[in-house]
Amino acid sequence: MNSLSMDQKGQSYLQDRTSKAHSKTSVNVGEAERWGSIAAGGMMLWHLLRHGKVGSVALALIGGSLIQRGLTGHCHLYNALEISSNDNQHAVKHGIKITKSVTINKSPEDLFQFWRNLENLPTFMDHLIDVRQLDGNRSHWIAKAPAGAKVEWDAEIINEKENELLAWQSVEDSDIENVGSVRFSPAPGGRGTEVRVEMQYAPPAGKLGVAIGKLLHEEPSIQIDEDLQRFKQLMEAGEISTTNGQPTGKFSRQDGIA
Amino acid sequence: MKAVCWFGKQDMRVESVPDPKILNPRDAIIKVTTTAICGSDLHLYDGVIPTVKEGDILGHEFMGEVVELGPEVKNLKKGDRVVIPFTIACGNCFYCQRTMWSLCDNSNPNGWMAEKLYGFTPSGLFGYSHMLGGYAGGQAEYVRVPFADVGPYKVPEGMSDEQVLFLTDIFPTGYQAIENCGLQPGDTVAIWGCGPVGQFAIRSAYLLGAERVIAIDHIPERLAMAASDNRTETINYSDVDNMVDELKSRTGGRGPDACIDAVGMEAHGLSIDNIYDKTMQLAHLGTDRAHVLRQAIQACRKGGTVSLPGVYGGLLDKIPFGAAHAKSLTFKMGQTHVHRYFDPLIKHIQDGNIDPAFVITHRLKLDDAPQAYKTFKEKQDNCIKVVLKP
Repeated sequence: MNSLSMDQKGQSYLQDRTSKAHSKTSVNVGEAERWGSIAAGGMMLWHLLRHGKVGSVALALIGGSLIQRGLTGHCHLYNALEISSNDNQHAVKHGIKITKSVTINKSPEDLFQFWRNLENLPTFMDHLIDVRQLDGNRSHWIAKAPAGAKVEWDAEIINEKENELLAWQSVEDSDIENVGSVRFSPAPGGRGTEVRVEMQYAPPAGKLGVAIGKLLHEEPSIQIDEDLQRFKQLMEAGEISTTNGQPTGKFSRQDGIA
Repeated sequence: MKAVCWFGKQDMRVESVPDPKILNPRDAIIKVTTTAICGSDLHLYDGVIPTVKEGDILGHEFMGEVVELGPEVKNLKKGDRVVIPFTIACGNCFYCQRTMWSLCDNSNPNGWMAEKLYGFTPSGLFGYSHMLGGYAGGQAEYVRVPFADVGPYKVPEGMSDEQVLFLTDIFPTGYQAIENCGLQPGDTVAIWGCGPVGQFAIRSAYLLGAERVIAIDHIPERLAMAASDNRTETINYSDVDNMVDELKSRTGGRGPDACIDAVGMEAHGLSIDNIYDKTMQLAHLGTDRAHVLRQAIQACRKGGTVSLPGVYGGLLDKIPFGAAHAKSLTFKMGQTHVHRYFDPLIKHIQDGNIDPAFVITHRLKLDDAPQAYKTFKEKQDNCIKVVLKP
């Protein structure tokens, strides 16, 4: 396949279908997730009826709203966040799209070459445990998931222009379906290189997982932002700034390490 | 080791904590020989800076001896005597390469916190909240210094700790505040606040060519220190009904060419607007008391410069922006690009133009830090500047 057609393929996945405004009553929850919501909401209400005491009002509200979400296919939280999981048209089902960019005071060549060696990525991508190159285009990825779990998938490079662009997608039946690209273009006035990452992925626990993650500061958009900051630090300063392991007075009667 | 730790509003304790370690290849460990309490530490002491955590080691004015080096620090060796800039800078980013060291892109591991509040993050600082890096500070026996191949400045032979300690912050901070005004021959500079930064701003104004300096405060010993050069005019604001009229009458009706706010977010005074600010602050509806800034904007001559070495942290209310716009004022502000000023200021000290030790009123042990904070905060015992010896 020539590189142009691959580029178009990569781009079409990335078309923004997720930021459409959804009306108050539209269906914005996917079918499987609707059944899941009914089940989870039902369990909460059942638990409440058996053990109803402190905290039960909140539980009842959550349980009730989950059942309603399942029955109506409409989630007010999704609506508020302008996301939908009922959009089956993309290559990545229930996909969320993220675009982030950062300017790094290095040449496109330096940055591309470091990134292209995919096994380097865990040095600045916090959630990655390991990336292993399988053959020219295929690689195996292992990442941290909530509660100490791991997720793994294989990815393939679907487009590559040396020192300019790298695009990849997960192979079929991955734990996390994802497609993404990173572009390296010279910044004006000798300001280094603009690095632009576009990613679309399906989170393991549906989009509500992302919304909750947002509250817990585990949201992937923030994660990619911080990964890019660490990439910049590593490339420009040669190290990633940290205070992990420095002394504090907080536990001075224990070990006193932050 | 012993370290001065923050445990809450006006609750400082000297605790025994583990020694710092090298965490990155460009780190150094410094054995602190002299450190100081900065006026901006009082903002932390008063709990008005967000994201300070229980147990945090404070202190960003310190110097000492190199005792350990990371593998990438080639320009220092064990035993070197160094002063450390309070701003932490990588030396390689867009900002560092343009000598805007306090805007370094790469030295704040908690950049996302500052981005939430400010859009972008400035450089990391020693001992000055987690939003600004969360680095353990230098009011301790030892301290870890990141990017030690860029920041630490080797003390020239024969210079004492007290001669060079204030190159870490307050001397270059006062100096930069004046440099930012681009003084022209004949210029009059008005300086609000005669704390340590104000004192260095006064003396820097003459080094940079000011014709006259008018210093404003209400604490007699600070005004006396300002006037001790037999050159600086002083105003006790408690004796003045209308500061703008007073400054006009002293400058032939023109107003000062440059106005320096060396007070910042915790202005004192009983003016109506300051009582309003204090009420807002107590009700957590506002963060900063901007009384001095308002007065400086009002008093500054048309086309003049308002320069702010004083620290502001959050949101300011009721700023006379109409006046600023109508008079085409220039505003200059920010943390100090300390690294920039080592060479020129060392030369001024060596040439005998200034002895920075003039601000020191209290020489104490590190163990005395909790009481020293209180004395400094309450301006007891004519306290202007405290240095601590571990």
